[in-house]
Amino acid sequence: MKRIVVGAHQGTGSWLAQRITAVFMALYTVILLVVFLRDAPATYGAWQALFAQGWMRVATLLFAVSLAWHAWVGVRDIFMDYVKPDGLRLALHVLVALVLAAYLGWSVEILWR
Amino acid sequence: MSSATAKKLRPKYLSLSALLFEIRLPLPGWVSILHRVSGALLFFPFTAWALYLLDSSLASAQDFERIKAYLELPLAKLGLLAFVWAYCHHFCAGVRFLLLDLNRGIELRPARASSMLVLAVSLATTVFFAFLLW
Repeated sequence: MKRIVVGAHQGTGSWLAQRITAVFMALYTVILLVVFLRDAPATYGAWQALFAQGWMRVATLLFAVSLAWHAWVGVRDIFMDYVKPDGLRLALHVLVALVLAAYLGWSVEILWR
Repeated sequence: MSSATAKKLRPKYLSLSALLFEIRLPLPGWVSILHRVSGALLFFPFTAWALYLLDSSLASAQDFERIKAYLELPLAKLGLLAFVWAYCHHFCAGVRFLLLDLNRGIELRPARASSMLVLAVSLATTVFFAFLLW
């Protein structure tokens, strides 16, 4: 018997999550651009002060979470399209999840050291 | 069988040479595949590199100066340029896809025009950034 293992609405959820995270990251990008264009932090003091602000830390953390979620959907899509052997694809998915988890952990470490 | 069907060999298998020389991707197709390529590059290595740069530059004043000097290296500048292109293309193409999702600009002419715009804006931004760096 050939079974296709797909949960209900999984695709729709991922599709929506990818778009919501995209919108958040786009907003963050615009805000950061405005910050840089108005007064680019050229010294260590200014650079550190920028990331010492609470809103910046939280916004950057949200960006990191959005990126991980967004990339999880996107990179998985790439592997689903091009990597046909199931075992290899599963291994790659696990690798992507580990890399993204590492990125997230690293981001938290940078922001709250 | 008509001559039209006899002329073409079917099925057509996609070889690398067919992809490179025979199949001409329309502009929206280029935006789409480059969105994928830039997305893959942003996942790795650019996010890892960005985190490394952020981590080091925030560590101490000496490390901040070290990263500043490091980013003056020609290879690092080229890396930054590739990063800027990938980010900008992924951003612009992404906005275009979001608008397409909302049924904005899905007719052939605006869809072609917007894909041209995406390619042009990301390339122009990259060139502008190159001027800033050199």
